[in-house]
Amino acid sequence: MMDPRAKFILTIGIFSIALLFSNIYALIVVFLIQLPIVYAAKTWRRWASSMRAGFLLAVLIFAMNFVFGSTLVFSASMTLRFLSLMSTFSLFFMTTSPDDLGLALEQAHVPYTLSFTFTTAVRLVPTMALDAQTVIDAQRSRGLELDKGNFMKRIRNYIPILIPLIVSAIRRSIELAEALESRGFGASPNRQPLIVLEMKNTDYLVVALTFFMVAFAVYVYLFIPLPTPYIPITMPKIFPWL
Amino acid sequence: MIETQGLKFAYPGSSEVLRGIDLTINDGEFVAIMGENGAGKTTLVKTFNGLLQPTAGRVTVDGVDTRESSVARLSRDVGLVFQNPDHQLFSETVREELAFSLRNFGYGEDTIGRRVTTILETLDLSRYAESSPFILSGGERKRVALAAVLVWNPKHIILDEPTIGQDYQQKDRLRNFIIQLNAQGKTVVIITHDVEFVAECRPRIILLSKGLVIGDRPADDLLSDGPLLERGSLTRPQIGELMNQLRDFGLPDRAIDVYSAEQAILEALGRKR
Amino acid sequence: MTFTYTGAPRPSIEDVSIDISRGEFVVVTGPSGCGKTTVCRCLNGLIPNFYSGDFSGELFVDDMNVKEHTTAEMAAHVGLVFQNPDNQLFSLSVERDVAFGPENMGLQRDETRKRVDWALDVTGMTALKDKPPYELSGGQQQRAAIAAVLAMQPKVIVLDEPTSFLDPKSALEILEVISNLNKRIGITIILVEHRLDIVSKHANRVIVMDDGKIVLDGAPRNVYGEQARLIGIGLPRVTTLFNLLRKDGLQFPRTPTTVDEAAQELRRMLSR
Repeated sequence: MMDPRAKFILTIGIFSIALLFSNIYALIVVFLIQLPIVYAAKTWRRWASSMRAGFLLAVLIFAMNFVFGSTLVFSASMTLRFLSLMSTFSLFFMTTSPDDLGLALEQAHVPYTLSFTFTTAVRLVPTMALDAQTVIDAQRSRGLELDKGNFMKRIRNYIPILIPLIVSAIRRSIELAEALESRGFGASPNRQPLIVLEMKNTDYLVVALTFFMVAFAVYVYLFIPLPTPYIPITMPKIFPWL
Repeated sequence: MIETQGLKFAYPGSSEVLRGIDLTINDGEFVAIMGENGAGKTTLVKTFNGLLQPTAGRVTVDGVDTRESSVARLSRDVGLVFQNPDHQLFSETVREELAFSLRNFGYGEDTIGRRVTTILETLDLSRYAESSPFILSGGERKRVALAAVLVWNPKHIILDEPTIGQDYQQKDRLRNFIIQLNAQGKTVVIITHDVEFVAECRPRIILLSKGLVIGDRPADDLLSDGPLLERGSLTRPQIGELMNQLRDFGLPDRAIDVYSAEQAILEALGRKR
Repeated sequence: MTFTYTGAPRPSIEDVSIDISRGEFVVVTGPSGCGKTTVCRCLNGLIPNFYSGDFSGELFVDDMNVKEHTTAEMAAHVGLVFQNPDNQLFSLSVERDVAFGPENMGLQRDETRKRVDWALDVTGMTALKDKPPYELSGGQQQRAAIAAVLAMQPKVIVLDEPTSFLDPKSALEILEVISNLNKRIGITIILVEHRLDIVSKHANRVIVMDDGKIVLDGAPRNVYGEQARLIGIGLPRVTTLFNLLRKDGLQFPRTPTTVDEAAQELRRMLSR
């Protein structure tokens, strides 16, 4: 498993390159570069479903750009940039466990209470999702129908779901806090975690590669003019104020 | 009547939890579903009210295939009381909480008023009618959750682990209440791993293990079957264990409650006197 | 000790005085709401540090005055295991959860390593140390929780109804682990439980509480009498059986509290 710090540097690297370029060919490359990484991380299915989730927003971005007068190509570029940004961060969180993240933060000298809060929050998300499903099941068993009724009714129907969820979350937090206190949380300011993250050679390699990748990208941006395909389609001027 | 034929269920993208279950629960029966954690007990009962649909086989409730109905409609006849009351409670007062399901089912306000008052009395909760459900103790919240399901008077009642966290007296009261419900003609199904509780009220026991039914017999029969209990990760009730150790003196290991054991011992001694 | 939670109309525990010696295995029982959980919280300092309220009286655990120390400081002397294993384990592996306590104490890495390995070994969890808690069964989770508390090497461990959510087999296993801690390592155990039938064989002393006060305190066979029954605690079934037999005119020297004792007694009676 790769050290999360190395992964994070790679993520930031791709992130910066995606922001740097507006040229469509460059952005296509940036997007495609991630595919072998997805394959190597073996998270193809989860990555694909997160891409599907972002699809709607991507369409919105494309539409907004195009409708407000940008060319087809430019709109496509912006959409690709969005997809790359989303994909690279998704990939990072998908392949890094909250514990490893917490360790990385700790070793980066982030105050322990902060890094612990962060990792606990992340860890509790699937638990709360399960809780939510149970609450929905319980209320449906009492005759609650979530898919019926007008808009206002449907919103009100979520009150019997939200309140038990919030109450459960609060109870869970209190129990967790009791357990933490009882195991000496905060007793000593000098924590020596049992398990430490160590950068292996592959991690250093990845960091080096990222560095070169970013350097290369900057060079291309400054000195190599990239062609832009000319597709003369723009939004017809239906509305004079656009 | 609740019937399953070849019932299989798997969560999407996961292995099968229920691997082929055939069972029939007749109206008015008293049944306990037992088995180790992960055997599929809760999953099984969730197919009875339509929360989960079979991935193979079918489930019919009073002749209606659950795939052709909805949870709301099936719930009118199959009341499922979940294990943790905190997953249900949300109203400002206990009274409002109990009225919730009746409103969902479309009852008129007068009927609702009457039914809520009745159920409050039945479960000894009248003094909490205007209290917030959240300030009640754990045991009281469990009673409110039970009341919230009984209020619409379903024909079949399923209780998921009703004895967890209850002390001896609460379990006693619960047991008597369940027996009463059953005597009124309701089908009562409880999911539990509390062997002692079951030994005292002796329902029919359906023993699940790894998604299959490995035993379906009356309590005194099943709870004295050593090898079966072993396979199902259960233990003998304490009295049953005692009787079993003294089998060689002619004591029946089917005497799993205190009174039967007393009888048996007195008889055995009577023969000696 | 007397303690009233903030906003509560009456004290949860009143005038509670206990003296527990090192190495004892004490079971605390009583009907719901009798104050057992409140006592647990006092023992490790959650009261008065985490739970606010009116605390009067004195409490010394392992020579530490709870009023003068934070819960975190008490943690190295008295551990508390809770009812629900779910919210006690929060790391992605058992090992990391067990290491949490020693890490909090600021111990050196190799000391933590030793303690973690020891705690995992004592509770039989070494094989499962890399598993995430949510993949474990209830019984395994509770064992992990005990290991996590054990790693801080407290002299006293308090357990609040640890078998509540467990199936019968796991409950028996956990009690063996707890008994082991007491008999072989000498840790003082204070166990709050309803299921007296399975704990009686391990305990040398039972304290019965009712309505915030201590009502009975002594060896199991001395406590499991009519008064206990009237308070409403669940006596072991064999004890109830023998109480009935006694009423039927049978006589025997001591009332059994475990299956083995009962079997022995019955053999004697039936062999005559």
